[in-house]
Order: sequence, then C-alpha cells, then structure tokens
Amino acid sequence: MEGHAPAIVVEGLRKSFGPQRVLNGVNLRVEYGETLSVLGRSGTGKSVLLKLIVGLLKPDAGSIAIQGRDIAGLSLDQLNGIRKKIGFLFQQAALYDSLTVGENVAFPLKRHTSMSAAERRDRVRELLKQVGMEEHQGKMPSQISGGMQKRVGLARALALDPNILLFDEPTTGLDPITAGEIEELILRMQEQRRAASIVVTHDLHGAKTISDRLALVHEGNVLIEGAFEDLESSQDEFVSRFLRQGS
Amino acid sequence: MQSALAKLNSRLADFEAPKALSLFEWFGELGNFCARLAKAAISPPYEGRELVRQLDEVGSKSLPLVALAGAATGVVLSLQTYASFSRFGAQSLLPAVIVHSLVEESGPIVTGLIVAGRVGAGIGAELGSMRVTEQIDAIEASAVNPYKYLVATRVQACILMLPLLTLAADACGILMGWLTNTLTEPTSLQLFLEAGTKTLTFNDFLPPTLKTAVFGLIVGLIACFQGMRTRGGTEGVGRAATSSVVLSSLGIVLADVLLVRLILVFFP
Repeated sequence: MEGHAPAIVVEGLRKSFGPQRVLNGVNLRVEYGETLSVLGRSGTGKSVLLKLIVGLLKPDAGSIAIQGRDIAGLSLDQLNGIRKKIGFLFQQAALYDSLTVGENVAFPLKRHTSMSAAERRDRVRELLKQVGMEEHQGKMPSQISGGMQKRVGLARALALDPNILLFDEPTTGLDPITAGEIEELILRMQEQRRAASIVVTHDLHGAKTISDRLALVHEGNVLIEGAFEDLESSQDEFVSRFLRQGS
Repeated sequence: MQSALAKLNSRLADFEAPKALSLFEWFGELGNFCARLAKAAISPPYEGRELVRQLDEVGSKSLPLVALAGAATGVVLSLQTYASFSRFGAQSLLPAVIVHSLVEESGPIVTGLIVAGRVGAGIGAELGSMRVTEQIDAIEASAVNPYKYLVATRVQACILMLPLLTLAADACGILMGWLTNTLTEPTSLQLFLEAGTKTLTFNDFLPPTLKTAVFGLIVGLIACFQGMRTRGGTEGVGRAATSSVVLSSLGIVLADVLLVRLILVFFP
C-alpha cells in the first residue's frame, strides 16, 4: 500500500499555545493495517496531535510525514492532495448543520470526484448503509442523536476511500451500547480497508478492543507505547494509575 | 508625589499596552484574512451553488425588512419636510426633496445599516458556531478551502445584493413618501415622480447606489472575519455576532463620510 513508506511518522513534534506547551517532542509511527490508540488525560494535546497530522494546525517544531512526505513545506494544493487520503472523524462529528445527512456525506464526493449525480446518490446510499443510517438520509443533523451523528460523520470520513483514518474521541458522550456499536463499526471498517488508523480516546476498554497498539500521552510526551499487555506490565506509577482508573 | 505619578504612569502603560497590541493584532489578522480571501475569490473552482444560496440568503430574505425600513424612511421624510416646508410655502419642492434625499443618502445608509444588522449578525453567528463546533475544521480536513466555500461566497453576495436592496428601499421610500404626501395634498403618483425626478441626474442616482457595494464589502468582510476567528464556545458566538453588527455598522458610517466626499469630488 502506497509503496513502502509508513502511513504516518511523527518526529519530535512540539506545539504550544501561548505560554502553555501542549506537545513536547512527540514521536509516533503508524503502518498500514495498524490501529494506534492515543490515550491520556484531558488537555494533554491528543486532539491537537490529530489536527497537526491533518495540517489544521502548524507545529512549532518537529516533522510529520504522511506516506513518506513531510507536510511542513507543502503548498495548500499539495496538502489538500494528502488530506483527500485521510478520513477524519471529529469529536462532535462536526456535521454541516445547513446540509442534510445525505448532503453531508456527498460533500467531499461533489468536490473531489467526477461522479454523476446518480453515481453520487448510489455511493452516499452505500456509505450510509454501511453505518446503518440509510433511512435517515433526508434528515438534518439536528434531527438525529449524537450516536447517529457520529455514524454519519464516519460515513463522510470514508467517502473518498481514505487509507488513513483519524478518530477523535469516537465514543465520548455516548451510552455504552452506542459506544460499542461505534467501536464495532470502526473495527469492521478497519478489517475491510486495512487502513492506518489513529484513535484518540479516553475509553481504555474501547481502545483495547479496537487497537493493535496504544500510546499513553503525559505532560506533552508519549510516556509509553506498545500492546495493552506492555502497558499492564509497566512499573510507571502514572501508567498504573491510568489503567486502574480507566478499567 | 513624583513617585506616585510614576506609579500611575506605569499602571496606565500596563493597561494601554495590551489594548494597543490587540488592536494592531486585529488589523494584522484582518490584512492576512483579506489576502487569503482575495486569493480564494479569484482562483477556480468557483462555488456557484453556494453563491446562489447566499444571494438568496442576503438578498431575498433581507428584502421585506429593507423595504419596510425604506418605506418608513419615506413616510418620516414626507411628514418632517411637509411640516417644515409648509411654513415657508415651499410644498411644491417636497417631491424633489424626498426623492433626492432617499436616492442620495437615506436609502443607501438605511439599507446598509439594516443589512449590517440582519446579515452581519447572521454571518457572524453562523460562522462562529461553525468554528466552535469544528465544522470549519471539517471543511478544511475535507480538502475544501473554507475561504472559498464560506467566506468568498458570503462577501460576494453582500457586494452584489446591497445595490439591488438599495433600489428596493428607494422605491418603497418614494412610494410611501408620495402616499403620505397625497393624504394631505392629493397628487397623482405620476405628477409626484415627475416633480421629484425633474432635477435628478445620472450622477445623483448611480454613484450613491453603487457605493452600497462598498457597504456590502464591509458587512461581508467584517462579519466573516469576526465569525472565522471566534473562540470560546457559545459565549464566543454571541460576541462574534455582536461585534459583527457593531463593527460593520461603524465601518459603514465611516465609509459613508469618505464616499460622500469622493462622490462630490468626482461626480459634482
């Protein structure tokens, strides 16, 4: 997939907002077919990390390479070329509230593909069917629940067939059943697509279910990275406390 | 005494410095915003559908309010000028005064301020809410330029629609001015219009109407700018809406001073 370059390589990433240093030299690497969950306390810069990867924020120092290309020196057109290969599910789904569910999913298709209106309709229907939202196509985002909005957000993120997926707290604020459904959906998508995924989450149980590796961010840095068992066997006091409180 | 003055001076400096700095920052950000907007507006692809939607939003939906404001201005002008002119027996000048006043100044400024209130608040709140709910980030992450899709279309719609809305305000104002006048001194509409437009030249009509395109630019630009830089949840959205209205209204009034002077110089 995309040659031999890893999907995402983050090296020495630093980001501050005013006097507050959020990321302080983060290193990460995600290969195709792999899911990495990024865990950590609130306000530790996990969502900032995703926004840096997709180029919504600029890092103060360090590099981010997507499919072997450093995104720092890219023009907007070049960056948009890379963004088309990335599907991003936002924390609150971020559906466009002036568009219907169907129009939300069709939004990237309209702009980046040469599909006819009929082809686009079929593709939207297929995507919404995958997330179980086919019959809600004509509704406005305000008329559906938070869990449904996340499903639609997922369908929109998958519209351009991306091979990199970024999920920002996909289950936060959802009841356990809906959260489980979203996790299942992410797992299914991951199996079908063999994409490289980063999931930012607080949900330790969900992270264990859907990821191959976990990274725990603390004080702007990755404190520990590895399989769930590696975290469990860690002697670090913060890691033990995080696992204890999260389980 | 001297040390107390020095202390006071230093306190004043502490108080003024951040304010001055944030004002410079605001203008700097606005300049940067304008550059990004200009680049997005002139480079293809163009967002035709969104532009049409915005033309409807700014134009058709503002029309009733603008027409009502224009009509009210016409009534007030008619009542006020009749009361003053009748003292000097100059009622025959009434149609010309109403028409000139509406076409040259009242119509454009009333339309500008009404649109600043309705559309400015709407754009500021809409974009602000899209910013805080990450919808603008989602547009950017979908490889779509939000300056092209959201900002350029709204600014263009404001520029194109303001002169047309001004014509509507002028027409309603003149019509209601005649109606009010005819209740006290019955005159036919044709006669009223003939008397009103007899001294009206091309230079009296076109430049003041077209200057409202500048008002449109001010409303669209400031409202989009304030909306796009919204921070801090629903409170921030409220602030964006309020500041959009206040700053664009202020901008319109100040621009009007300059534009009236320029029009008098170039179209005497």
